Amino acid sequence: MYTQGLDARAEQGAPPSPRLVTEDEARLQGRFQERVDAEEKIEPRDWMPEGYRRTLVRQISQHAHSEIVGMLPEGNWVTRAPTLRRKVALLAKVQDEGGHGLYLYSAAETLGVSRDELVGQLLSGKAKYSSIFNYPTPTWADIGAIGWLVDGAAIMNQVPLCRCSYGPYARAMVRICREESFHQRQGYELMLALAQGTPEQKRMAQDALNRWWWPSLMMFGPSDDQSAHSAQNMAWKIKRFSNDELRQRFVDATVPQAEFLGLTIPDPELRFDAGTGHYEFGAIDWTEFNEILKGNGPCNRERIEARRKAWDDGAWVREAAVAHADKRRQRALKKAG
Amino acid sequence: MDRKDWPLFEIFIRPKNGLSHKHVGSLHAADARMALDNARDVYTRRGEGVSIWAVPAASIAASDPSEKASLFDPADDKIYRHPTFYDIPADVKNI
Repeated sequence: MYTQGLDARAEQGAPPSPRLVTEDEARLQGRFQERVDAEEKIEPRDWMPEGYRRTLVRQISQHAHSEIVGMLPEGNWVTRAPTLRRKVALLAKVQDEGGHGLYLYSAAETLGVSRDELVGQLLSGKAKYSSIFNYPTPTWADIGAIGWLVDGAAIMNQVPLCRCSYGPYARAMVRICREESFHQRQGYELMLALAQGTPEQKRMAQDALNRWWWPSLMMFGPSDDQSAHSAQNMAWKIKRFSNDELRQRFVDATVPQAEFLGLTIPDPELRFDAGTGHYEFGAIDWTEFNEILKGNGPCNRERIEARRKAWDDGAWVREAAVAHADKRRQRALKKAG
Repeated sequence: MDRKDWPLFEIFIRPKNGLSHKHVGSLHAADARMALDNARDVYTRRGEGVSIWAVPAASIAASDPSEKASLFDPADDKIYRHPTFYDIPADVKNI
């Protein structure tokens, strides 16, 4: 579903070790930047600076983890969807998120890390994933709000990633974006049904918007003046737009959609500035965001525990598949011999 | 994490008959059959294909990007390999 501007904080603990840049390396770096500037894609076996590789591994794997963990809040409602139509849509969406995680792990693996290493980082709690998935989904309207707002924010963030300089990541994002638009539409449709329903249903929709609005804005990551790695990632064309730019676009696109629903955005400072053509909005509470990144959100522990349980419970399946494959290989050999 | 690694398979999909298989991504699987099953779920959820190839990634031999110039540049100056190299009077049709 989505990658977040977590880089600035994630890397603070591990500064690159200082070492001499050889003449040869300087030449390679110069050539690399020329290719990036010329909008040439970088492919897995091409030379790339270590920092570029490290940044991509971190970003793509965080993105993959987010897709996988993102299945949990919605999976919560699969068995309780109110109609079969809603249920098949939700199932398809959750299945898509699993697929997106897989495309992204594949892309990360082209950079020389193993799948097990990445999954291990998630399960040990070392790896980060999008803060948004640490909020609970207590009502059915939350499923609508996630599709509309969370996937909406994800699309805003991901569309520019389709032009990322690293080929495998860009190609994975093209597939993901194509699939993601159904997610947002099913969410909005769901919200529309509730907003036009009974007063109680409308209250439920408003309550979901109240809880998901600010966390959705935080999905774009820290504001630009706090985002230390932005400039380098822009130069490498991993990132195309700043966190604040994308956040503004999201607000501009979403406020009229909320108005159509007849719902109120929970921000008393929100107002349209006719001069700039943009919506101005209130200050974001970054303490909440930082607490969640530290692991203190409402569902951080539950999410990781669910992933660990899934991994442990699936151990026998993984072992059985290997045993089965071995048996088939042996049989084929015997037959050939 | 002590399980035996599932090998990596590169997945190729034929979008429809008449087109070539095209690389779409990769996945891990215990064997080729499982790779095909999983590729179907992962890469063809919306009618993207009519045929799947799963190729063990270890079996693919690839050219080295650092040899790109020596491999491919020689073709650049062989303009006589292209039809536009040859002068044919405008009056001559169907050629």
